[in-house]
Amino acid sequence: MEKAKIVETVAFNILKQAVIYLPEDVKQALEKAYAEETSETGKTQLKAILDNIELAEKHQAPVCQDTGTIIFYVKAGAEAEGLDKIEEALVNATRRATKEVPLRPNAVDPFTGKNSGDNTGRNIPYVNWEIVDGEDVELTVMTKGGGSENVCIGGMLVPGEGIKGLKKFVVDAVIKAGAKPCPPNILGIAIGGGADISMKLAKKALMKPLNEPNSDPEIAKLEKEIFEAANMTGIGPMGLGGKTTVLGVHIDYAYRHPASFPAAVAFNCWAARRASARIHANGTVEYLTHKLKW
Amino acid sequence: MTVYKFKTPISEEDARKLKVNDVLYVTGTIVTARDQAHKRALDFFKQGKPLPIDLTGLAVFHCGPVVSKDGDKWTAIAAGPTTSTRMDIFEDEFIKNFKVRVIIGKGGMGKKTTDAMAKHGAVYGAFTGGAAILAARAIKKVRGVEWLDLGTPEALWIFEVEEFGPLAVAIDSHGNNIFMDVQKKVEENKQKIYQKLGLTP
Repeated sequence: MEKAKIVETVAFNILKQAVIYLPEDVKQALEKAYAEETSETGKTQLKAILDNIELAEKHQAPVCQDTGTIIFYVKAGAEAEGLDKIEEALVNATRRATKEVPLRPNAVDPFTGKNSGDNTGRNIPYVNWEIVDGEDVELTVMTKGGGSENVCIGGMLVPGEGIKGLKKFVVDAVIKAGAKPCPPNILGIAIGGGADISMKLAKKALMKPLNEPNSDPEIAKLEKEIFEAANMTGIGPMGLGGKTTVLGVHIDYAYRHPASFPAAVAFNCWAARRASARIHANGTVEYLTHKLKW
Repeated sequence: MTVYKFKTPISEEDARKLKVNDVLYVTGTIVTARDQAHKRALDFFKQGKPLPIDLTGLAVFHCGPVVSKDGDKWTAIAAGPTTSTRMDIFEDEFIKNFKVRVIIGKGGMGKKTTDAMAKHGAVYGAFTGGAAILAARAIKKVRGVEWLDLGTPEALWIFEVEEFGPLAVAIDSHGNNIFMDVQKKVEENKQKIYQKLGLTP
């Protein structure tokens, strides 16, 4: 099979995997939250979530009707062939998945309000490129709903306030978001770089498995501190009250300008959908996050 | 907490029986409406034009479903709720003009809607956000679709449902609003969090 066709098939498969099956780490975190939640209403919400996850798998249907904006992350081996054909293959895979899975068409022209009907349009699906060593191509897809996207926030903090300023920024963002991003949420937080860079890193941080704290112990400590603070808010599952407001926190950073302290908080809903696969130079495929179940 | 099972059309009297924290299941007809459909419905009302379906006593669902079409037949594949706060700017007029008794969504609604619900006799039923298959399983039939020119998420989908729920009654017709209560508690908790983190407000 030619390379572009393989990329298209693999992209279709990971899209389908992502929207139907939640990653194991997310499922485990939700089960743990259900076991530990003390609010009665909160518990009923988590129960509905767990039942729904099971039903989605059983009926092979998208776990949430908002199948999101489709974003790909491509780690392209510098020696890989056919890189120029990848974007086209991702667009084709998106069109096919929209029709066959099916996905909800979520790409709208911001000027005319017209829905393209197939989840594609100018710059959508968006592709984030990273060039790495070797010949493999690794594809990751994130399908992220509008509810959690609408509360993502970027800000330029005061450098003099340092990490304290960041903590306040995050706590305030979680409280302001309240019930809107379908809690329990996952928070991706990033600082430094610039207004655009911090937001990109924050969003990318959402793809880290929940059971992987930061390798830097100081940052891991901060992740834990923010995790505990967010769960003290009492917002709870679906904002109906309870102690489960976030399932996890991931922090990333870039060096900053001395006069700037860019910060970003990206929210993901409990239906934190992501899937990855690696395509080797010889055309064989390794599914990294999900075992193929069809 | 009492569990209620209502059939549409729901009377004002029945709607007023519901109190916050009750659980409601709806059987009958529910109609989806998001931002654009709310806007158009209110424009129609202003111009004296009838809506494609009489909403009196029905439930309105804040939802943009995933649907598939086989020949002429539509099926709802996934149909969880969308964030209701976006509809806050329309809902008081909507409840007043169209006499809907149940608004189904996620995330809650504000004071203006709560007041309209108290005045006209309607409730807000919170359906678990993202629980799209749970919702779709209760949809027995897609009776029709109107205003498809708005795109599939924004169109008016008319669903026949059986025991659609569980809906947590989060705003009742007596001025109670769970989301606003939680918000108050969260504001109190915020001070404790600031203290714990050594922050100044």
